[in-house]
Amino acid sequence: MSDAILSLKNVATDIAQYHILHDVSFDVPRGKVTMLLGRNGAGKTTTLRTVMGLWAARAGQVMFNGEDIAAQPPARIARKGLAIVPEDMGIFGDLTVQENMALAAVSGPIAADRLELIFTAFPPLKTFWDMPAGNLSGGQKQMLAVARAMAEDRQLYLIDEPSKGLAPAIVSTLVWAMKSLKGAGASILMVEQNFAMARALGDYAAVMDDGRIVWTGTMDELANDTALQENLMGLSMEVA
Amino acid sequence: MSQAPDHAPTMQRLNLVQRITPFVPALLVPLIALLGLLFIPSGSSWLTLTVSGLAMGMMIFIMAAGLTLIFGLMDVINFGHGAFISVGAFVGVTVLLLVPGMTAAPSVGLNLVAVGLAVIAAMLATGVMGVVFERVIVRPVYGAHLKQILITVGGLIVIEQLIHVFWGPDEIFLTRPETLKGAITFAGAALEKYRLLAVGVGLVVFLAMRHVLRHTKLGLIVRAGVENGEMVQALGYDIKRVFVLVFVAGSALAGLGGVMWALYQEVITAHMGGQMLILVFIVIIIGGLGSVEGCFIGALMVGLLQNYTAFLVPKLALVSNIGLMMLILMWRPQGMIPVVKAK
Repeated sequence: MSDAILSLKNVATDIAQYHILHDVSFDVPRGKVTMLLGRNGAGKTTTLRTVMGLWAARAGQVMFNGEDIAAQPPARIARKGLAIVPEDMGIFGDLTVQENMALAAVSGPIAADRLELIFTAFPPLKTFWDMPAGNLSGGQKQMLAVARAMAEDRQLYLIDEPSKGLAPAIVSTLVWAMKSLKGAGASILMVEQNFAMARALGDYAAVMDDGRIVWTGTMDELANDTALQENLMGLSMEVA
Repeated sequence: MSQAPDHAPTMQRLNLVQRITPFVPALLVPLIALLGLLFIPSGSSWLTLTVSGLAMGMMIFIMAAGLTLIFGLMDVINFGHGAFISVGAFVGVTVLLLVPGMTAAPSVGLNLVAVGLAVIAAMLATGVMGVVFERVIVRPVYGAHLKQILITVGGLIVIEQLIHVFWGPDEIFLTRPETLKGAITFAGAALEKYRLLAVGVGLVVFLAMRHVLRHTKLGLIVRAGVENGEMVQALGYDIKRVFVLVFVAGSALAGLGGVMWALYQEVITAHMGGQMLILVFIVIIIGGLGSVEGCFIGALMVGLLQNYTAFLVPKLALVSNIGLMMLILMWRPQGMIPVVKAK
């Protein structure tokens, strides 16, 4: 891959006494969607958190736009143009939807056209603008989590299982929003267990197992090779 | 751009109980006052005790408000907070003793200037002390509760001993400024002037804190940080810098509380902060860790209950607040208005 916005080089991460990531290396191409796939416990979430600085890498380099950000605190990493949508969504339930969005706009109020885009993608957020975010449904919280990441221009989005537990209609909305982001030139590194969504969005894929990258390639290669899918993940996308 | 897929927004409608529940803690303060009115035979005694209880509650709130945010933001248990109360009292009283002409004059203006100078000196001293305490004692033990308890208790003891070194081992007596002595009579009840002032100051501090927390970006970051500090960092805010700010503000407020408590009791000792810490922790726990509103309500409940009980059953006064804490925790194990998630 020629122009990588993010490159992990031999990254190792420990959580307490456990070695979770071992020698993880892969690239995220600029302007593309890279899916991070693998079984439960493979190390996908740890990889995203390590990139964001929420867990410190013990070894290796996390190169973002050519700069090693591995030892930097999360706030500084975020201000370089990364946004994370965590698996638990990270919604501030006691704050209103509006306050959640205001907090996401680090450099000032959200631009009107951007807010319009967000409301177009996620109408419930406009409806419940002044309501505590804790009262939203699971799907609406996920919309807010993604919308929050969209509040300002970001170069790379780290998105962890956005479709988890959501109804198909809401998943369609999220897919539409991700495509909008991609259309605007953003790069996305996404963990996703919903293979239909992964296939709909992904340009590239990296497969993890036991804290290691075991395969990288295009999404099409993976999607069209059932034997490879079963070999890497123990099941095929067709079955899923 | 293509149209987003249709999605009909719905939100679960809250039933009556769910709508009332958030307001229940705030109703407990008038409920305790009403219970007091039922049991205290004289209306004027009840009014005197109520003002006294509210004044006490306001002072405890001022001492506790910073500590609850400190815990909420960074999960730091700071037993050294009592030292800021003591140091604030000693610095403030020292200033008051340096301006006897102003405190003895029968002039409201001069008296308030003297108290104002004492408060500014106390808050500056404890604010600076807060910076040093956070950097030297608290920062090395982030995330380690047992170490936090041990080292902050150690810090409290060291500072109490330093107070002995600088001010001597004896308690210091003081008298309130001239125009803050005595009481006014209202509806047959004697209401101490100083207690009325304390109620006013406490209200101003509460409303100012609420304004900052509800209507400024800094307040938004603090409220979000109390709920989920990691996510605040991931959004691009340096939560540790915000924590230092809150720590300093909380220390300065403890200093203010120390001066006010000194003028209330008219005597100060190096251990007064440590002794107040018990009430401060009770208020924080029943209010809900990290909640300024909960802390405010809890402080008023503690103040009122202690005054009513001391009047009705003096022997129970000391345990009344422990009993209140037990009842609240049986009803809401995370406190009345929990903000910090169980850890």
